Amino acid sequence: MSSTETLPTAADDSAGVEAGLDALETVQAQRTPLTAVLRRSVLPPVLGVVLVLAVWQLSYTFELTTPDKLPSPADVWDSLTELWYAGTLFSIIWTSVWRGLSGFLLSVVIGTPIGLLVAQVKPVRAALGPVLSGLQSLPSVAWVPAAVIWLGINNSAMYAVILLGAVPSIANGLIAGVDQVPPLFLRAGQTLGATGIRGARHILLPAALPGYLAGLKQGWAFSWRSLMAAELIASSPDLGLGLGRYLENQREFTNMSGVLLGILLILTVGVAIDLLFFSPLERRVLRSRGLLVTTR
Amino acid sequence: MTTALTTSPDAPGAGHPVGDFAVRLSHVHKTFGRPGTAAPVLDDISLDVAPGEFVTLLGASGCGKSTLLNLVAGLDRPTSGTIEVPGGRPALMFQDHALFPWLTAGKNIELALRLAGVAKADRQTEAERLLELVRLTGSYKKRVHELSGGMRQRVALARSLAQGSQVLLMDEPFAALDAITRDVLHDEITRIWAERQLTVLFVTHNVREAVCLAQRVVLLSSRPGRIAREWHVDLPRPRRIESAGAANLSIEITEELRGEIRRHVQH
Repeated sequence: MSSTETLPTAADDSAGVEAGLDALETVQAQRTPLTAVLRRSVLPPVLGVVLVLAVWQLSYTFELTTPDKLPSPADVWDSLTELWYAGTLFSIIWTSVWRGLSGFLLSVVIGTPIGLLVAQVKPVRAALGPVLSGLQSLPSVAWVPAAVIWLGINNSAMYAVILLGAVPSIANGLIAGVDQVPPLFLRAGQTLGATGIRGARHILLPAALPGYLAGLKQGWAFSWRSLMAAELIASSPDLGLGLGRYLENQREFTNMSGVLLGILLILTVGVAIDLLFFSPLERRVLRSRGLLVTTR
Repeated sequence: MTTALTTSPDAPGAGHPVGDFAVRLSHVHKTFGRPGTAAPVLDDISLDVAPGEFVTLLGASGCGKSTLLNLVAGLDRPTSGTIEVPGGRPALMFQDHALFPWLTAGKNIELALRLAGVAKADRQTEAERLLELVRLTGSYKKRVHELSGGMRQRVALARSLAQGSQVLLMDEPFAALDAITRDVLHDEITRIWAERQLTVLFVTHNVREAVCLAQRVVLLSSRPGRIAREWHVDLPRPRRIESAGAANLSIEITEELRGEIRRHVQH
């Protein structure tokens, strides 16, 4: 057997090949230029809104129905400036947003431990899992009458409805997140010595974060919807004037431009909080993990 | 049962006294499901790995080589028999890098250091030193998805080393890599094994890889997994997978492995 394997520079050679491979195979993370971002993700929705406004204006101009049923965009704009000059616009929005956000935060505080418990403890999962999924498909407006009888027409009833709407979504999001953690991560954590609480803290929870965030996002949507439903139905001077109440008041005055303004404000606030808070957070987490594929 | 090939000293592991071991398996059996009903996956495996030794476990599918590694890693328990690892929990590297995508390359290593009880003040320096060892200086802040397959496995290797164990278990860690990257990583692992005097138990189904890396190749038969035969490989290093010595031994071992696989046709 002849040993012809004297390769004098084998080690250097290998290091060189390695460095070359590293250079060739490294993916350069590219930041898309601002103009491309504007063109791709800002322009289309703006065009969509303009299109809706145009159809609306045309329907008004050609009198598809009477103006008291379909006011023009300008009429709605007038209702908005009216609220603005009356100085009540922000207090109306704030009343609802404050309620919605604090109810949502309370739902996070309650939904997170429930989610963890259901995800990790088998008997609890068997008992509560189906209940949580069921609750998620129940429109939370159905809870309004019960909440009013139990708690009276007050803020507590509002919060109860928000909680019943949002807690199941948040818990279910976390459960889905935990379920989707690749078993390999858990095994890798185990070999590194991350078991029990340390495993949960260093491996399980960070790995479940994307699912949890999706649950939070949905939880916010449910909080906001539930609150609007509750404000629309339950009427009491104790509650103050929120967006839902404003909308219902406008219906009572048969002021259609006020009704449309109410709907648009509710929509805008819900979307704005999602766009300003949840979407950037979710994108950041997904991008840092290489889970966000930028489409061309 | 053992065949000695060319004689050439292999640096580490040579000077250890007989009977001294880093990993010892004694009459290990493993059956999944209820004993007696299911066929055993591992049947009476006894194997000593000396400190500083590089052993490859070779076998076709169904020989239970990954199961064996899980048992040594402590991720699973044998149905009967004992496994001793005097140095404590061994490090384990998977076929998939298993790096945590929510952490940077450096932080992955730091987490292993933290879990191994390294003081906070020393972690970053140590992580950077380990990255340097796998020739990834400057990749500390890289995210996992920004690294190539070969680089990921090197970070995973650095993370395994961060555990501070002298015993490194490797479960087909290079199987998913292209041939050139794999060759480079073979040089890398042998260099680090020699530098750090590690004990390596390396599982593979690739005969030439087994020959290229090991001081000793252990062939497992399939269903049930038994130790069929072993070879001492005394080829000089650095080895090349395509060199004549490695090729000849590979042919011999492959024949034996094919024979083991053929045995299953008759049943």
